[in-house]
Formats: sequence, C-alpha cells, structure tokens
Amino acid sequence: MILEVRDLTKIFGGLKAIEEISFKVKRGIILSIIGPNGAGKTTLFNCLTGVLPSTKGHVLFEDEDITQRRPYEITEKGIARTFQNIRVFNSMTVLENVMIGQHSRSREGLLTAVLGTKKFQREEDEIRSKALEYLEFTGIQDYAATLAENLPYGDQKRLEIARALATEPELLLLDEPAAGMNPQETMALMELIKKIREWGKTVIIIEHDMKVVMGISDWIIVLDHGVKIAEGTPNEIQNNPYVIEAYLGKEEVDLLS
Amino acid sequence: MKKVLFMFWCALLSMPFMGIKGGAYLFVGICVSYGVYVLLAHLFGKIKKPAIPVNTKLLSTAFIAFAFILPFLIKDYYTDVAILVCIYIILALGVNIVVGFSGLLHLGFAAFYGIGAYSNALLTTHFGLGFWSALPLTLLFTSMAGLLLAFPALRLKGDYLAIVTLGFGEIIRLVLNNWDSVTRGPNGISNIPSPFILGFEISNLMYYYYLVLGFVLIAAFIVKRVYHSRTGRAWLSIREDETAAEAMGINTRKYKFMALSFGAFWAGLAGALFASKMHFVSPESFSFMESVFVVCMIILGGLGSIPGVILGSLILVLLPEVLRDFQLYRMLALGVGLVLMMIFRPQGLIRKN
Amino acid sequence: MFLQQIINGLTVGGVYALIALGYTLVYGILELINFAHGEIYMIGAYLGIIFLGIFTAAGLTQYSLFLSLFLTFVMSVIVCSAYGFTVEKLAYKPLRNAPRLNPLISAIGVSIFLQNYVMLTQGATDKVFPHVIPVTTVEFLNVTMTSLQIFIIIASLLLMAGLHLFIMKTKTGKAMRAVAQDKTMASLLGINIDRIISVTFIVGSGLAAVAGLMVAMYYGLVNYSIGYIAGIKAFTAAVLGGIGSIPGAMVGGLVLGLIESLGASYLSSEYKDAYAFIVLILILLVKPTGLLGKSGENRP
Ligand SMILES: Nc1ncnc2c1ncn2[C@@H]1O[C@H](COP(=O)(O)OP(=O)(O)OP(=O)(O)O)[C@@H](O)[C@H]1O
Ligand SMILES: [Mg+2]
Repeated sequence: MILEVRDLTKIFGGLKAIEEISFKVKRGIILSIIGPNGAGKTTLFNCLTGVLPSTKGHVLFEDEDITQRRPYEITEKGIARTFQNIRVFNSMTVLENVMIGQHSRSREGLLTAVLGTKKFQREEDEIRSKALEYLEFTGIQDYAATLAENLPYGDQKRLEIARALATEPELLLLDEPAAGMNPQETMALMELIKKIREWGKTVIIIEHDMKVVMGISDWIIVLDHGVKIAEGTPNEIQNNPYVIEAYLGKEEVDLLS
Repeated sequence: MKKVLFMFWCALLSMPFMGIKGGAYLFVGICVSYGVYVLLAHLFGKIKKPAIPVNTKLLSTAFIAFAFILPFLIKDYYTDVAILVCIYIILALGVNIVVGFSGLLHLGFAAFYGIGAYSNALLTTHFGLGFWSALPLTLLFTSMAGLLLAFPALRLKGDYLAIVTLGFGEIIRLVLNNWDSVTRGPNGISNIPSPFILGFEISNLMYYYYLVLGFVLIAAFIVKRVYHSRTGRAWLSIREDETAAEAMGINTRKYKFMALSFGAFWAGLAGALFASKMHFVSPESFSFMESVFVVCMIILGGLGSIPGVILGSLILVLLPEVLRDFQLYRMLALGVGLVLMMIFRPQGLIRKN
Repeated sequence: MFLQQIINGLTVGGVYALIALGYTLVYGILELINFAHGEIYMIGAYLGIIFLGIFTAAGLTQYSLFLSLFLTFVMSVIVCSAYGFTVEKLAYKPLRNAPRLNPLISAIGVSIFLQNYVMLTQGATDKVFPHVIPVTTVEFLNVTMTSLQIFIIIASLLLMAGLHLFIMKTKTGKAMRAVAQDKTMASLLGINIDRIISVTFIVGSGLAAVAGLMVAMYYGLVNYSIGYIAGIKAFTAAVLGGIGSIPGAMVGGLVLGLIESLGASYLSSEYKDAYAFIVLILILLVKPTGLLGKSGENRP
C-alpha cells in the first residue's frame, strides 16, 4: 500500500465537504475518483497534499503519518499534484516552470550561487537537462522558452503534469486533467498517464469523462456529497446500483454505455 | 463628447481649490493635452514598434564603461547626484528582491535603510569604529531586522502585508524620532566620518563616486547570480502563485524569510553609504514617502527586472534634478505616473521576454 | 482625569469611526484598501474652510451662523463625494480585473497626487479654520466638555445610525450588501454593480467629509498632510473592528480613539501615533478577522 486514508473529514464552517472517507491505494495502479460536482473530490486532494488542513482523520503515505504536514514537506516525501484550475507560473518560461519542480530534489543555496562554484554549475545543468526531459515526455519541448501564460490551454495542463513529474513523485494526483481538451488531446493524455504508470508510479486522477475513467482505471472510488458511496473495478462500478442512482438523470447514459 | 464633459467635470471639481480661473485653465490644459495625446497616438499608432534585438552584454558593458568615465565629463554637482543615484540603485535592488522577485508588497523599506544609516552613524560616532569595521555589523543588524519583521509579516497576505510593513516602517521612524538619548531625536546625528581605504580618506566626491559605483556593481552582480539560481526561482514562484509553489516542494515561509533579510541587507548597505556620504542622518530621510519612492522606482522600471531597477532609479532621481523647475511638481507627477502606469503598463518599462 | 480622557477619546474615536466606515464599505465591496481615503477626508477639511470662507465673504455667516455652517456642511459633503466618485472612475475602475496589488498601488498614486495637489493650490502651511463658532464648555463630574465635543460625538453617532438604516432598510443599501456578498450573483439578479460601487464611494467620501470638517473645527487648523496619518488610523480602526463589517468600523473607531487618548496620558504621549500601528499589527497577528468580523476559510 502506498497510501492509506483513514476517516478523513473536512468541514468548511458548517459544510461537510468530505466526511469520514477511508480507502487504500495499491502501488503502481491508476485510481480514479469520480462523483458529481461539489462531491468533495478536489477537497480530498487538498487535504491529501496539505493545501488545506483536514478537520479529522489520518493520511498515511508509505506507512508514515503525513496528516498535518505542510504541503512542501508532503511534496518532498513524494506526492505531487496538478490543480483543477490551472496554476502555472504565468510570467516564467515553460522551462523555468519545470525547473522549479526540481526544487526539492536539489540542494545548492544562496552562497554557492553567488560564488558560482563548480558544484552549483553542475547541479544547475542537471536541473535543466532533467527539466528538458520532462518537457519532452509531455510533448511540449518546443515551447521551452515561451512564457507559460502564452501556452494554449491544453499545453498548460501538460505543463502542470511535467512540473509535477519534475518533483519526482511516487504518487501523482491529477485533478481533471482532461477537462477542456478535445478528443485527440484526451487520447494522447490517456497514453501519457498509462506511460507514467509504466514507470512504476501510482496515479490518482479525478475525472468526469467516463470514457477516460473506464478506459484507464484499475480501481475507482465514487464520492457523493462528501461520502464514499462505492469503490471497485470499473466493471463493478458500472453495475453498482448506488452509483447509478447518484448519477441518475445526468450521466447515467454515459456510465452504462 | 463624453470625454470633454468628463474633463469639464474634473475642472469644476478643482475650482474650490484653484479658483474659477485656475479651473478654467486646467480645463483648457487637459483638453489640449488630451488632443495632443490623441493626435500622437494616431500618428504613431500605425508604426509597428520594430523589435530591436538588443545585445544585453554589449549594452551593459557600454553602460558600465560610461559610468566609469562619467565623473570626468560632469560638474561636481552632478557627481553628487550620480552618487545619490548609485545609493538608490542599491536600495532599489534590495527592495526588488522582496517586492519584485517574491511579490511581497513591502511599504516600510525605508526602515531598513534607516537602520543601516543609523547603525553606521552610531557605530562610527559613538563607538569610534571606522566605516569598514562598522559595515559588517551594520549589515548584520539590518539583516536581523529583516528577519525579525518577517515573523509577523509572513502570516499575512497581499495588501495586509503592505499595511503592516508600512506600520513597521512608521514605528521605526517614530523610535528614531523620539529616542533622544540614543538617536538625538529630530536633530539627527552629525559628524559621521568618511570611509578610509589604506589610510586614505574617501572624502572627495569623485572618489566616493567610485566607491559606491563599486558597490553597485557588486550588488548587481550578486543579485543577478541569485536571480538565476534555485533560490531566485523559488522567490519568483512565490510571487506567481504561492499555493502552487508550496506544491512544488518550496518551503515558502523559509524563502520569504530569506527574501526579507537579503533585501534588508542591501538596504542596510545603502543606508551606511548614505550616512557616510552625508556625514549626517536624521529621521526625516526615512519616511513613508521614501519607501514609496523606492517602490515606484522598481515599478517604473519593471518589477523583478534588474536593468529595470537601474533605469527606474536613474529616471526618478535624475528627472527632478535635470528639470529644476519641475521640482515642485515632482510628487504630483509621481502620483499621476503611478496611476497611469498601473492602467497602461503595469509590467513596467522593461520586461523580460 | 480618567473620565476626561474617555471624553477626549470618544471625540477623536467618533471621527476615526466615520473615516473607517469609508474603508470598510469599499473593502467590503471591492476588497481594495482605498489608500486615498485619508486624502478624501483631508479634502473634506479643506473644503469646509473654503466654503465657510466663501459664505463669510458673502455675508451669510453674519446673517445666520447656523445657516452658513449648515450650507458649508452640505457643500463640502457634495463636493467631497464628487471627488470620491471621480477617483474611483479614473483610478480604480480600469483596474477592476487586474491583479490585486495593482489597484492598491494606483490608490497610493492617487493619495500622493491629492496631497500634493492640495499643497500646491492651498500652500504648505497650516490653514486656520475661521473662528466663527462660539465655544461654550460644560462642567460635569470634574469633566470639561466643549460644545464642539458634544456636537462631534452626537453627530458621529447620528451619522452611524443613519448609515446603518441606509444599509439595512433602503433598496440601494440592500443591493450594496448583496454585492459585498457575491458580485456574480448580484449581477445575475440584475443589480448594476458599477452604480453600487459608485454609491459606495460617494457615501464613504461624504462621511469622510463630515469627519474632516469636524476635525477642522475641533483643532482649528488643517494641513495638507493630515490625511495620511488619519487614514492609517482609520484603517486600523476598520481592521480592529473587522474589515468589511460596518458595526465593526464604528466600534473599532471608538476603541482606537480611547486607546490613543488613554495611552497618551498614562503611557507616553511621544509615541501617541505609534499606538495605532502597534494595535494594527497585533490585531492582524492575533485575530485578523477583527473584533466583530466573521471568520471564514481562505480558499486555497
Ligand atoms: N476553501 C473552501 N471554503 C469553503 N468551501 C469550500 C472550499 N473548497 C470547497 N468548498 C466546498 O466544498 C464542497 C466540495 O467542493 P470540491 O471542490 O471538493 O468539489 P469537487 O468534487 O471537486 O467538484 P467539481 O467537480 O466541481 O470540481 C463544495 O460545496 C464547495 O463549495
Ligand atoms: Mg474539483
């Protein structure tokens, strides 16, 4: 088990955004989290990555309790994420964006930078070449010198993935990576995610597009109104009466097709 | 027509203050300048600005060379101004680390400038240290002050941070003003000695100019190096998006601390140079307006850009000196300039890429 | 002694509260610290002197002091509100969708401009408020109150009550609250956001004008630089009470006035101006939502 979540709860004022959610994640799988709008999926990510403090419950990553850790510590331990509403570093170049991802995997500080030591230079070169690798992997290497804000939408989403990969995570959390993409882009994205799994990394993905979810998931968790209503393989989920009810009238057709 | 009416409205508003005649002049004045603006915009709007490929290396070499021969070309009075420009560049480089790189709008930087100046003044006059032996202590004090302020300030965001740093700046100024037994209050401290190099007193304007120019070059070199390093990137990412920066594994709190104390370090250096240049310090040199003035420099030049900082300091210090009659209207223009800048060119005169 | 300081504190506090309301109203709707608001108050004080001067020159004051003062108040409020309205249109409206710090910098620009505009047109020296109001004092339990102090305390309380009614009862007031709650929702409901923002600036500036005039009468002197420090203090008052909250601004203003006058007499009067900053910093660190502010989760 790479991740274990126990009774995780987040309350905003009076609103229970997620309530006593528990699940375990096997290493090396693609796990999808689905659920209608406002179900608490993004909030779950925020609590896992420390962006929001959880109200109750525990998160164990590689058997270590990371519940109240700061987000940067959690990233250092090996969880990376993307954001639902893109948060690239707008006025920096695409390459610089990905180089920042390497932050926690490098050491050199202020003094060696000022002196321009050999060690500093070497590390800097390494950061750059690794960043270029991740750009190539996500297919946006041609934009390396472009400002991130000038990238097309779909490529900004890829940039977020490249940047997250650059933190060298064991567990990657993707919040609606396919949203706003056209079918071809979505296909390419699915291939990309599968490749990440082939690297031995674990991926948790929030997605509304059922074709994507059913196509790539090894395991699916369904949230509704902050509660986990089902989990299982794609096949089990498709036939689960509770799930169908939760989606009734909305995405029923999608689900069953 | 609506625009003319609006101008008329503004003129009408000014009448209680400027009288009926003044208001009328103002109306004619803004109408004419607006007309000229429209005309010029019409004339130049069609000409596409050619993208001039600037060789930054060549340009900066030329600029430095020019800075070196400058004192031979100008009168003493202007050497004096040039020294002031240099001191402001160092100060602005420090502010730029905090405001420009890290995006923390700090409105109390004059406090660090003041702490630097007063440390130098007190260490040299009270304790009999020389400039050079006082300098490390001065820099230590100001960096520590930067760290100290960082504790409360870093829990706040955006405009709240701006107001708290402003309050901090004012408290320091009030302390300088009222702690008579140490700072001699509003009378200030005089007889601050000049620096010595190898037993040689740097009292002559030209020599002092070369001293501060040396410091400017060192400061610009170091800041540039840091900008292009892991630390610099971490600062920029905090400016761009703090949450995303944390998610990238950056300890944003630590880097804000670093930015504040590193920025304060340069302000301290600027303060020390200012004190030993003037041989006198008093609280009024470190007012809120001074903080705003420096922030204006980096906004004018372009937030985060090192050549921008230099350009901004040059313009804001030189302009009022060159246009002497303009002196009176300097602050008026600064105010209007800030508003126009925010509306029409928030990224500043120089912008990377 | 103690009671005397309370009275003095309440007088100044009432003025802070009136200015603080302007900050809070604008912040509630635009999330902007209207840095130029202190200058608007300063302009109000100058307008009072200018209009009273005009009325005196026209012989109105000699004819009826009450009428003259009343007209001075009315004219100052109108012109000052026009200033607030115009500043918003020129310097803030174009920046409504810009990053959050840009309008703040623009506001600082406006503040510098207005200060120097008044200095250049009215001179850098203090202006004296014409001595037309006869001052009577009331002795009560060893406490001396001037008629002006009583007037200021009562007038501020009345204005605050009036504002409260305006916000709670009128259609425009309700629309203002709706916009402060949720701009998108409000515009979907057919509320004209631009108009509401303008009204907010007009109301805030009007209150600041009254505050300015009363201070001019109270101290007898005004200067182009009074806006900055008063602005900061009123902002502190707004934060103290909980920025965005109207009762908060009122309470904050009065509390700050008391802290200052008690601090000046029992601790040290040299650092009188520093108390506001210290209170501001402490409150932001300990309870950023202020005394009466609502706490809410920050969205990430
Ligand atoms: N920072 C916050 N403060 C207050 N309420 C919040 C916050 N973040 C989320 N919520 C609320 O929590 C609930 C769950 O939101 P969340 O964003 O987790 O849903 P989601 O499943 O990601 O929905 P979507 O599919 O639309 O992205 C919603 O009702 C939302 O309004
Ligand atoms: Mg979501």
